[in-house]
Amino acid sequence: MAEGPVRTGKPRGNLPPLDLYVPEPKYRPGDTVDYTHLEIPEPGLLARPDEACEAQDTWPLTLDMIRVLGDDDRAVGPWNPGLDAETLRRMLATMALTRAFDDRMYRGQRQGKTSFYMKCTGEEAISIACAHALAADDMVFPSYRQQGILIARGYPLVEMINQIYSNRADPLKGRQLPIMYSAKDYGFFTISGNLATQFPQAVGWAMASAIKGDTRIATSFVGEGSSAEGDFHAAMTFAAVYNAPVVLNVVNNQWAISSFSGFAGAERTTFAARAAGYGIAGLRVDGNDILAVYAAMEWAANRARANKGPTLIEHFTYRAEGHSTSDDPSAYRSAREAEDWPLGDPIMRLKRHLIALGEWSEEQHQAMDRELAEQVKAATKEAEKNGILGHGLHHPFHTMFEDVFEDLPWHLQEQAEQAIRERQIKWPEWKE
Amino acid sequence: MIEENPVSLHDAPSRSMNMIEAINDALDIMMARDPDVLVMGEDVGYFGGVFRATAGLQKKFGRNRVFDTPINECGIIGAAVGMAAYGLRPVPEIQFADYIYPGLDQLVSEAARLRYRSAGEFVAPITVRSPFGGGIFGGQTHSQSPEALFTHVAGLKTVIPATPHDAKGLLIAAIEDNDPVIFFEPKRIYNGPFDGYYDRPSRPWKGLPGSQVPEGYYRIPLGKARVVREGAALTVVTYGTMVHVAEAVLAEKGIDAEIIDLRSLVPLDIDTVEKSVEKTGKCLVIHEATRTSGFGAELVTLVQERCFYHLEAPVERVTGFDTPYPHSLEWAYFPGPVRIGEAVDRLMKD
Repeated sequence: MAEGPVRTGKPRGNLPPLDLYVPEPKYRPGDTVDYTHLEIPEPGLLARPDEACEAQDTWPLTLDMIRVLGDDDRAVGPWNPGLDAETLRRMLATMALTRAFDDRMYRGQRQGKTSFYMKCTGEEAISIACAHALAADDMVFPSYRQQGILIARGYPLVEMINQIYSNRADPLKGRQLPIMYSAKDYGFFTISGNLATQFPQAVGWAMASAIKGDTRIATSFVGEGSSAEGDFHAAMTFAAVYNAPVVLNVVNNQWAISSFSGFAGAERTTFAARAAGYGIAGLRVDGNDILAVYAAMEWAANRARANKGPTLIEHFTYRAEGHSTSDDPSAYRSAREAEDWPLGDPIMRLKRHLIALGEWSEEQHQAMDRELAEQVKAATKEAEKNGILGHGLHHPFHTMFEDVFEDLPWHLQEQAEQAIRERQIKWPEWKE
Repeated sequence: MIEENPVSLHDAPSRSMNMIEAINDALDIMMARDPDVLVMGEDVGYFGGVFRATAGLQKKFGRNRVFDTPINECGIIGAAVGMAAYGLRPVPEIQFADYIYPGLDQLVSEAARLRYRSAGEFVAPITVRSPFGGGIFGGQTHSQSPEALFTHVAGLKTVIPATPHDAKGLLIAAIEDNDPVIFFEPKRIYNGPFDGYYDRPSRPWKGLPGSQVPEGYYRIPLGKARVVREGAALTVVTYGTMVHVAEAVLAEKGIDAEIIDLRSLVPLDIDTVEKSVEKTGKCLVIHEATRTSGFGAELVTLVQERCFYHLEAPVERVTGFDTPYPHSLEWAYFPGPVRIGEAVDRLMKD
């Protein structure tokens, strides 16, 4: 047998030893933050290509950033969607309602009313703009931080809270972790909790719509962290191969629990730049600028609806709060990051823009916030009539075994009988 | 809807088919009946599939309903879930069961759970067809029998035919089912049944029992086993290729065995198994898949739990070994006549 290469582990000649690079975020708890390395272009400078353009005409945009709202609170440039003041006020109110809802649900979790909650603070513009830019019957395959889309589409807050409390009125019968909504009538796919699985599903839905000669398109969202999943590659490949009418969004909020975006490849290139590798259109947008997000989404939706194919959009934003109620971001990142985020807060930016237009005022804003807080409070009280987690007001016991299959097979029937026997011993006072 | 009905099926015109032709016929019939049924997978379009199961379908139904896919099982099954959410009834083909693992998350966490987690808002009426099992010198990546991975998942149905007649009726029922179905096709018996003797000439299906396939639409309900042969001495519970091996071995040994072809593992026809074991008092479970935590372990347990006082001997199981499927030693791995024969001798010695 021939001798193979000798592996002594000793250095060879003058070659330096190999060195593994493990990414490390710039700032840790207690650090001051310097964002001067971030390239943030002036708003209004980027051209807006025709929606039917060649995919490659968009690729310069994937390394740049579409912005509309400037520091002077004016909307400028070819990407300005030119929305009327009424629409802007509605978008502002929906963002504020989403934040008010998040705040109350977060407190509800801390008060023991449920097990878990996830806020979208700082990322409201992405969901609200997408909901406004799409048709009401376009299909959304969300991740777990697009509650703003449900709220924007008018899904009842009470139903959301029933789901969060897993109570007897929970439309999902107490089966899902809080915030994993499902709302078919609102074009909102059942949230998985497994990451990025919705991405290829959205492409499949869009393919089906094209097969049937429909006019509806699909959209889906992943975080920058889960863009590392194989499902992302599957979705991008299928979207490209079949020219699917789908808008694929990466919400780059910088953090995936405690892992910064470098662990998804952000130190090498932008997430939007991946579009070029698949040969599809790509846009990179200031995710805290609701006008820019709206414009990008509208561009991509028009393109998809005109049979011109898919678009990948990176929304550059910041996760201003923890990953979930189970997370403590002060343990791994500097608190100054959120405070100093150079793209600001999406609600404040739209508020200032409306004020600059003479279409809004501080007084109106404060009144709106009070009204929204009352609205959420009323919905919470209404939902609490149906119970909170773990306080006996559940769906009937047997529903635990339903919907595994369309029909109940014998083995589940036997297990249901076992569970009911156990219940009579464990909780004799149980009433259904 | 015509359920399996011996009288009407007997009257229906029929012709002898191999299992591939029967599967192709089922797909053809369902695509013609339901415009929401579509077929996709690697090489299934113009070429008609590496085993020819989808031959001619693209020409007949068009590229929008029968098409090739990228080599990405996660994408194939993920897209199928999305299509099902839209309202279609996709029938994706995974070229070999050994290739199904990149799509496992989409099957286990998604397709299987949509109905439950959305309280019935979204369902996944998908039938994933895939050739499985060994005996064709496929080596360790074209021979596996991973059915137990799927029977372990709440919300998935697992179906395995053993004859062309059943393949057609079961596939039609699977496509019409509103839950996701894993439809494993024993590729060793695509072209003819197999008696377990690799060194004997293979027989084609033509003219053999089980190959007579009625024309047109018929369904065999999922969860209903087939008693291949009635007998009093011993109950053999098996499925797929091993139905034919068991039949040959027991005939050769002259034992009056009752042989049950399960046809679907989930849902499982436990009544037929119970009744038979109560009658014979002895039970042998056979599958080709690896032994540890195989579906045989479930069957043996169920028989022990439900028929203990009727048993006259310990329940036996004959399976593949707990190794990858070896290429050159395929026939050492395969649970053939010697391994089955030993177990039968142990059961019958008293």
